[in-house]
Amino acid sequence: MDGKTREAAPPSPDTTPRNGSETDKRRGTPASIMNPLDRYEPLVDDYEAFREACNRPLPSVVRVNSIKADPERVRTALDEEGVTYEPVDWHDRLLKLPEGSPGTNWAYVHGWLHGQEEVSALPALALDPDPGDRVLDSCAAPGSKTCHLADLMDDTGVLVGNDNNLGRISALRHNAERLGVSNLVVTNRDARTFALDGVDEFDGVVADVPCSCEGTCRKNPDALETWTMNHVEGLVGVQKGILRRAIQLTRPGGEVVYSTCTFAPEENERVVDHALEVEDCELVEWDAPLETTEGITEWQDEEFDDSLTKAHRVYPHFNDTGGFFVAKLRVVGDSEDETTADAAADEEVSA
Amino acid sequence: MADHENDGQRFDRLPATPAEREISGRASREEVLEWWEDRFGVPPERFEEVTFWEKGAGKLWAFSADLPSPIDAEGLGITFLRTRQEHWKPTTSGVQRFAADATKNVIELSPGEASAFAAGHDQEIDRWEGDWGYLAAAHELAGELAPIGVGLYVYGELRSTVPKGNQEELAVLDE
Repeated sequence: MDGKTREAAPPSPDTTPRNGSETDKRRGTPASIMNPLDRYEPLVDDYEAFREACNRPLPSVVRVNSIKADPERVRTALDEEGVTYEPVDWHDRLLKLPEGSPGTNWAYVHGWLHGQEEVSALPALALDPDPGDRVLDSCAAPGSKTCHLADLMDDTGVLVGNDNNLGRISALRHNAERLGVSNLVVTNRDARTFALDGVDEFDGVVADVPCSCEGTCRKNPDALETWTMNHVEGLVGVQKGILRRAIQLTRPGGEVVYSTCTFAPEENERVVDHALEVEDCELVEWDAPLETTEGITEWQDEEFDDSLTKAHRVYPHFNDTGGFFVAKLRVVGDSEDETTADAAADEEVSA
Repeated sequence: MADHENDGQRFDRLPATPAEREISGRASREEVLEWWEDRFGVPPERFEEVTFWEKGAGKLWAFSADLPSPIDAEGLGITFLRTRQEHWKPTTSGVQRFAADATKNVIELSPGEASAFAAGHDQEIDRWEGDWGYLAAAHELAGELAPIGVGLYVYGELRSTVPKGNQEELAVLDE
């Protein structure tokens, strides 16, 4: 494990009573009576810093789109225009723009930059697709992660960007077009039953599922104000269905990245734990490039598979970002399993 | 021939040549390659890995892979050319993506002209001695010429075709 990973906090006492009138109020009512972040005190290291970070606005960040320009040319263009920027220390393709809107400079107009949150770069980096791969982004709109995948694929292979919301698909289309992404098929389907003629299986899938968005509270405080446990539990069913389909669509040896922008273990570890039970897959280590903490294996009265410690939780105070969860899975299967094949090849060489 | 009419809900790969055309009015790959070479000096090899598709009447898409045709999708690569009109018109994204190395019909704008163009303004430019019609409007940025979008040049005027949603009031760079 990388040195940046923090030790998980000790298992939590049950902070949300499951019976009685207090629970009933919380389950259905918009949570003016509680802030859902209160639930995470037992999980989070330096809880006060966590809450303070959640109340600060997020810095404006852009990603360099190397389909159209390399980072050096982008920095030169920003210098020529007098736009101030700061590096993001964990990734050289991300820049902070302390003075404001990413949309009003020449580099942006040329499609050399895309405004996106730092943590939203994690799913594509975790999948780390190769040029020529076949990749699916199950819940793609508005397309920041999709276009990042295209960049890592050198705009080659086949990238499918799917979303079930036709309105949001126009944002995905607009962003992909502006960034010059030409390897993208945009589809409007239910990710739980996704299929596409001509592509039977994928080398990799990103399932960045719809979630309660607690981790976006720094730019969208509404996410906390409208939070209910009923909503969370409704989402969990959808999330499980999307992740299962993602795994089924991936070739043996291929990889699936599951991510959310929420802290709720119900939507994170519980969903991945379910996939481990019902599909032929395993969690794999991924060396996250920024400070994270391990996924948890216990929450309230639930226990999750021990391998969930390989997942990553990102809290806002760690790197001054939004909140995030990311888990990387490998699909195990009967046909050519790359891991087994590689291991066999290694043995032959050493023999 | 109802089966052979253009269907606006799906993408069809362009026929390789005019002789293989089954749908009236549809451009062929050969004609599209010739157009980019004639208009902008972009060699056909630039599109070697790119397939061309039509969705709707005359809107062509460039996709840097291949899939079985037809395909039911909302998008396939980027829009790059409008045909089925007297003068074929490249799109902003098409010119930005494929005309970066264009050798013909590229009008280099001064910093002030470039800002006016990006904001969607038409402007008198009488120095242009090349063809009339659709030009790639470019400016120098970070040491190289970069296409901003498509201008329509007629009667001494360069009309910006930058779509309204993409128009921006940008800084005038130093000369």
